[in-house]
Amino acid sequence: MTFIAKPRLHHPTLQTNKVGYTRRDYEGRISTLCAGCGHDSISAAIIQACWELDIEPHRVAKLSGIGCSSKTPDYFLGASHGFNTVHGRMPSVLTGANLANRELLYLGVSGDGDSASIGLGQFANAMRRGVRMAYIVENNGVYGLTKGQFSATADQGSKSKKGVVNNDSPVDLVGLALQLGATYVARSFSGDKAQLVPLIKGAMAHGGAAFIDVISPCVTFNNHGGSTKSYDYVRQHNDAVSRIDFITPGQEITAEYAPGELVEVTNHDGSLLRLRKLHADHDPTDRYAAMNYMHQHAAHGEVVTGLLYLDPLATDLHTALNTCAVPLASLGPDRLCPGAAALEKINAALR
Amino acid sequence: MKRIEAVNDFVIKFANVNGSGSASANELFAKAVMRMGVPVSPRNIFPSNIQGLPTWYEARVCEKGYHGRRGGVDMMVAMNPQTWDTDMAEIEPGGYLLYDSTRPIPPDRFPEGVHVLGVPLTEIVNEAYADPRQRQLFKNIAYIGALAALLDMEDGVFEKLFAEQYRGKERLLDANMKALHLGRDYALAHLPCPLGLRMRRADRVGDQIFTDGNSAAALGLIYGGATVAAWYPITPSSSIPEAFEKYCHKFRVEASTGQHRFAIVQAEDELASIGMVVGAGWNGARAFTATSGPGVSLMTEFIGLAYFAEVPVTIIDVQRGGPSTGMPTRTQQSDLIACAYASHGDTKHVLLLPQDPHECFEHSAAALDLADRLQTPIFVMTDLDIGMNQRLCKPFVWDDARSYDRGKVMTREELEAGKDFGRYKDVDGDGIPWRTLPGTHPTKGAFFTRGTTRDPYARYSERGTDYVYNMERLLRKFRTAAALVPQPVHRPASQPTRFGVIYFGSTSPAMHEALDVLQAEGVHLDGLRLRAFPFPESVPEFIAAHEKVFVVEQNRDAQMHSMLVNELDIDPARLVRVLHYDGTPITARFIAGAIRKNMVWHKEYA
Ligand SMILES: Cc1ncc(C[n+]2csc(CCOP(=O)(O)OP(=O)(O)O)c2C)c(N)n1
Ligand code: SF4
Repeated sequence: MTFIAKPRLHHPTLQTNKVGYTRRDYEGRISTLCAGCGHDSISAAIIQACWELDIEPHRVAKLSGIGCSSKTPDYFLGASHGFNTVHGRMPSVLTGANLANRELLYLGVSGDGDSASIGLGQFANAMRRGVRMAYIVENNGVYGLTKGQFSATADQGSKSKKGVVNNDSPVDLVGLALQLGATYVARSFSGDKAQLVPLIKGAMAHGGAAFIDVISPCVTFNNHGGSTKSYDYVRQHNDAVSRIDFITPGQEITAEYAPGELVEVTNHDGSLLRLRKLHADHDPTDRYAAMNYMHQHAAHGEVVTGLLYLDPLATDLHTALNTCAVPLASLGPDRLCPGAAALEKINAALR
Repeated sequence: MKRIEAVNDFVIKFANVNGSGSASANELFAKAVMRMGVPVSPRNIFPSNIQGLPTWYEARVCEKGYHGRRGGVDMMVAMNPQTWDTDMAEIEPGGYLLYDSTRPIPPDRFPEGVHVLGVPLTEIVNEAYADPRQRQLFKNIAYIGALAALLDMEDGVFEKLFAEQYRGKERLLDANMKALHLGRDYALAHLPCPLGLRMRRADRVGDQIFTDGNSAAALGLIYGGATVAAWYPITPSSSIPEAFEKYCHKFRVEASTGQHRFAIVQAEDELASIGMVVGAGWNGARAFTATSGPGVSLMTEFIGLAYFAEVPVTIIDVQRGGPSTGMPTRTQQSDLIACAYASHGDTKHVLLLPQDPHECFEHSAAALDLADRLQTPIFVMTDLDIGMNQRLCKPFVWDDARSYDRGKVMTREELEAGKDFGRYKDVDGDGIPWRTLPGTHPTKGAFFTRGTTRDPYARYSERGTDYVYNMERLLRKFRTAAALVPQPVHRPASQPTRFGVIYFGSTSPAMHEALDVLQAEGVHLDGLRLRAFPFPESVPEFIAAHEKVFVVEQNRDAQMHSMLVNELDIDPARLVRVLHYDGTPITARFIAGAIRKNMVWHKEYA
């Protein structure tokens, strides 16, 4: 995040991709998220992935719900139409948009509060319908925008910033996606760009419902406990700073590790995150093996990352509904209206 | 003993048990009346239940062509022992009772002054059919046969209807015909045929069609070019998407590929159904959902988003008795305020108010145009009475030269030509901004849609001035809508009068009859039938031109009355409430009675 607008001038030596765009053409407005927020790393990964995929930015429709994470579509792909909808219900809006025009690429961005609490039903139903999209949850275990309440993905026994212990067991969106029939399921970490970018590319290119759960640390609301970066600690040592809306500046957390390897990542709050990258010999086309693998490691407190499941022959909602190849939104009366003569026949049958 | 004597002018009611297969037999009766050229308006009065509870079918036969409910019953076909007493109480003095006399009923159970006609229906059909389901179904056809004889209905009408219905299904045709004749023969042999109530061929139906509002709305959505439908089942609206799907399969399947020019999704709930419609509308498709009050409640947050983000959305609200689950299978006009001001903050939505199936067709097609033109949610406010009952009405018409109004959508060429694009700029002074559709242009015209405030170029803004500009523009747009919506219909009295009456929707047929009845008594009122909200200029003018204006509606809290007062800045004392809200359709008797009483009370009419 920076509050100084970057100049829009293109450096003549900037590298262009096959469709003639530079990486800068995939950027959006300047982020207003907290410095060090994992969500900004994910935006950067989306920009990288779309650039590398040679996607024309305006062929992407980016939709989100409500939350810090859901604000991010404004911060990438500035030449795409975006829709920041209502809390938890991006999946239905994306479904409708997709039905209207099957020719665009759909990118859904959501938070863990957005998708696992208020929007759990919509998340589940979009997955089971096989809506063609890349659905990314920026999962920080808390409600960022409303200032630090537990989300439904928060681990049992974890503490909120105010010291409240979370008694409820977490919703595992990856497990749900696998069970509900999503045809591309992955998990990653916002700080592992090497892993995340290819996963996003795969999701964007996928022919059905693709889901990526991205662990994305929140600098501001998981910085409690004994951490020296905690809100209270910093406030005590920072008298000059406004107390009303003080946000701790943080450093983006990054992690790079090899397949099969376990890496322990220290969160902003000092807590440990144990990431296990999938083994190179994991067969991602076996849905049940993926569920098993994920659950086994979860029992050891490990979060498995990587591409868990992929159905390379996936179809989507349009296939199920047998819709025509031409976008429905572009059909005119000549293709839609049965005409006066047909209406006369209907009238006659009603007499 | 007095007996009601009437030709082509009576009310007949069938009391049945839900799930006994009576619906098709009763409809057969209504169709036969219509085929004799006599207007008929039937109403289903049914419980929120699939099988076992009481259900009624009340058909008004009226050569004069009044389609409203009249009130009172001239002939009761009592097939449900469970409701015997209440059914008996409804029969007018001198009226008739047709019942299954297979088992004897004590004489004191028959009301005084009613002509009792017993037909041993169970006995007759049990002799003729062995299968228990057939015995049940054909009992219904047999009483229709008895009625045909009692009411002196034309020979051949039923036979022709059966022939049409069971074309190619000879066994069914024969079995039905047999049941009809069993009833008819019994009545001719044992009962005083014909009765005082009679049918005679007339020529009062003309080219009118006989259909229900929900299938008419579905057809209007087909003609209007809806391609995306998302819905969640709820009575009394479910038959709209179901009929839409049926018509889609008939008209929208590509001959060469078998592929569909439509997408219909039964969503997981109303939140998702409206969400899909918002997404499709944002992306340029004509999309709709159909629901009823509880569904509207769930949809309101999204409706607010569609209003503020300016996304075309069409919602057909088939109103039923509220609040909450209220009376789910009865009729009301009680969602007006919930829809007109749906969602938090300052919102106002366009409502269309069809009066019959013909207008359900027209308004549903028009709603899609208006949604695109105004980039806002449009509600078509029907109700159970119009939606689920068949009614005679003008035939549907469509002009093949008619094109769809897609509203202000800026094209790639226009953007290319350098036309200034500010998503929320009021360039034309009508409050309606231009929009672009996703995917239009590689570098121009993309914007970020959101429910938060923005400046005219769709950039996030928390500036008060940007907010006010936007809210004022939305109000301007709403004023523009008043000229685009279907305009009110005047029904002037036959002589100058100081009194007026405002009504709308399904109240209209009963209202027209009430106005005739009152006129015959020397009470003259000018009528104004509202067809939409916002109210065009002619509405305050009408109110100003009368000393007293009755506002007739079917809800407890006088919702339309409140909206008139709220929106038009008029003296509430001018408006007199006439309210009916027990869940049954309003009757001419009720309206005339209420107006008469009020006039006497104010000593304006004695
Ligand atoms: C209907 C509704 N309820 C509540 C809110 C308030 N709200 C805004 S964002 C948010 C939670 C966001 O959490 P999450 O999805 O995890 O995203 P994050 O901010 O952590 O990225 C809530 C509850 C709202 N906007 N709408
Ligand atoms: S509150 Fe947390 S999630 Fe929101 S922007 Fe700040 S760091 Fe990111």
